Amino acid sequence: MSSANIKTNPAENKVQHLIEIHGIGKDYQDGETKVQAIKQMDFYIDDGEFVAIMGQSGSGKSTLLSILGGLNHPTRGRILLDSLDIYKLSSEQRADLRSEYIGVIFQSFQLIPYLTVLENVKLPMAITGKKAKEQDKMARDVLEKVGLGNKADRLPDQLSGGEQERVAIARAIVNKPPILLADEPTGSLDSKTADEILNLLKELNEEGQTIIMVTHNPDACKDTTRTINVKDGFCYVN
Amino acid sequence: MKLHNISFNNLGRRKGKVIFLVLGLFIGIATIVTLLSITESMSRDIEDRLDQFGANIVMVPRSENLSLSYGGVSMGGVNYKTVEFDEARIPEIRTIENSNNLGLVAPKVLGAATVKDKDVLLMGVDFETELQLKNWWQFEGAPPAAPDELLIGSQTAATFQLAVGDSLTIGGDDFVVTTILKPTGASEDGIIIGDLHAFQKILSKEGKVSMVEIAAFCRDCPITELVLQISEKFPEAKVTALRQAVMSKMQSIEMFKTFSYGIAVLVIFIGSLLVFVTMMGSVNERTREIGIFRAIGFRRGHVMQIILLEAMIVGLVGGILGYLGGNAIALGAMPLVIKDGAFAGFNYSLGGIAVLLSIALSLIASLYPAQKASKLDPSEALRAL
Repeated sequence: MSSANIKTNPAENKVQHLIEIHGIGKDYQDGETKVQAIKQMDFYIDDGEFVAIMGQSGSGKSTLLSILGGLNHPTRGRILLDSLDIYKLSSEQRADLRSEYIGVIFQSFQLIPYLTVLENVKLPMAITGKKAKEQDKMARDVLEKVGLGNKADRLPDQLSGGEQERVAIARAIVNKPPILLADEPTGSLDSKTADEILNLLKELNEEGQTIIMVTHNPDACKDTTRTINVKDGFCYVN
Repeated sequence: MKLHNISFNNLGRRKGKVIFLVLGLFIGIATIVTLLSITESMSRDIEDRLDQFGANIVMVPRSENLSLSYGGVSMGGVNYKTVEFDEARIPEIRTIENSNNLGLVAPKVLGAATVKDKDVLLMGVDFETELQLKNWWQFEGAPPAAPDELLIGSQTAATFQLAVGDSLTIGGDDFVVTTILKPTGASEDGIIIGDLHAFQKILSKEGKVSMVEIAAFCRDCPITELVLQISEKFPEAKVTALRQAVMSKMQSIEMFKTFSYGIAVLVIFIGSLLVFVTMMGSVNERTREIGIFRAIGFRRGHVMQIILLEAMIVGLVGGILGYLGGNAIALGAMPLVIKDGAFAGFNYSLGGIAVLLSIALSLIASLYPAQKASKLDPSEALRAL
């Protein structure tokens, strides 16, 4: 099978994209067998886009997202974020980059159970040196935005699934990162709540937020600007 | 939100684990504090008892002659050709390195005189110091206060048929007997004790001292060290420690101390192991959480800070409780260890050391788990992503 890159990003192309993916691949060693989770992918994402990465379970989409998030070193290829090759940075520099540039909405929310909703939202700011008052204001503002202004002092396990997802979104956007990565944000929600979450993401995108969302649900892609299909370690960009 | 909020919140949530960790350190620190407090109390108790025996170091001029007395029985006359120290140099004793261990320093002048046609040994002393040093002395009359007052031994009183209030002329000077010593069974029974300077004059030994008795506390120092230091200051002196009295008791305390340290090291080792295992377990449990921290941009240092701060808090609490608990146990156990023994009281420097030790142990035991946590690959830690 060959790579079916519809939109590639040749070197001579002078246009600067927010994210450029050049020939990335990821191999895993499973015992004595080498598994190619991602064989080859080339695409780009522009500022303000809402891109869905679609694929079946095991297609490599989650691996792709973790590589995009600076969390998983690709075996080959490079990723440019604002022209910066992120895997040429040290792991600590990449941590700083994640803190400043990337907000992540994890699959199954991944909230810290012993922190309140407000504290969970403030978590990314714990390392930014922002003053307590400023942190409080920013956290409360985003909680208002996701519709949880009145539940700031609850613990995560006192919230419904949809509400926990909203907290996860609030936490991901509180530092105003240019890029928002969402891993199956509707995966564990009923269809009504899933719609609400997708509407929220759409609103954020309309306000200028770049969003890259991994999903296996085609319904989740109806409001995205672009869909990248991932299959057998290759990507097919629509 | 600061990193310490995460540490505090986590400790608050894992109360069971925290109690377990604190308990581990508490047992270790309390054991050390108990053992050291008891040793300290024992030392102090023995020291107090030793104080009642008076001087434990004697400084006399170095002499080529062998002593002609044994057990209070003298086989020769008084040696008139004794060498003396300069009185002015006596304060130098207090300039030795371990001067803090010196208690009373009691200089004396000795010499023979003829009183009522009989030879008698005169001993000039500083009464205030001497009476403090020989606090077991019992006597008739009031303790001498003025330079012309005398304290005489029971045998001397009998020989000269003297009673309290009688006058006595020695070397042309008039004195009043204000005090008669009850029999002690020691040399004092047969001598006349008077003011140092008055007797120096009578004996024509102005500014001279024949011997010095020194009371030393030897809780923190080997008495031989003190003897050596005084000998260095006074090369012409023969400095002798009354070793039997001090050494045997101090030796048993030292042995107990060594034993205590051995036990303490063992307990501390077990305590640290407990903290290490619990912290490792805690890190393993928190893999996912640490993955979230790393994924949202926490540096390795931030993760380490969170875990080490938790360890520090646990160490601090364990140390303080251990110190208080150890003292409480020592207080309760003292009557069982030494009959009539008193608790030496809170030793604040031991408290400081105990708390610092507890924090240090907790930090050391958590260092590897914290490093392991910080090195977790965020994508591995967050398999969901």
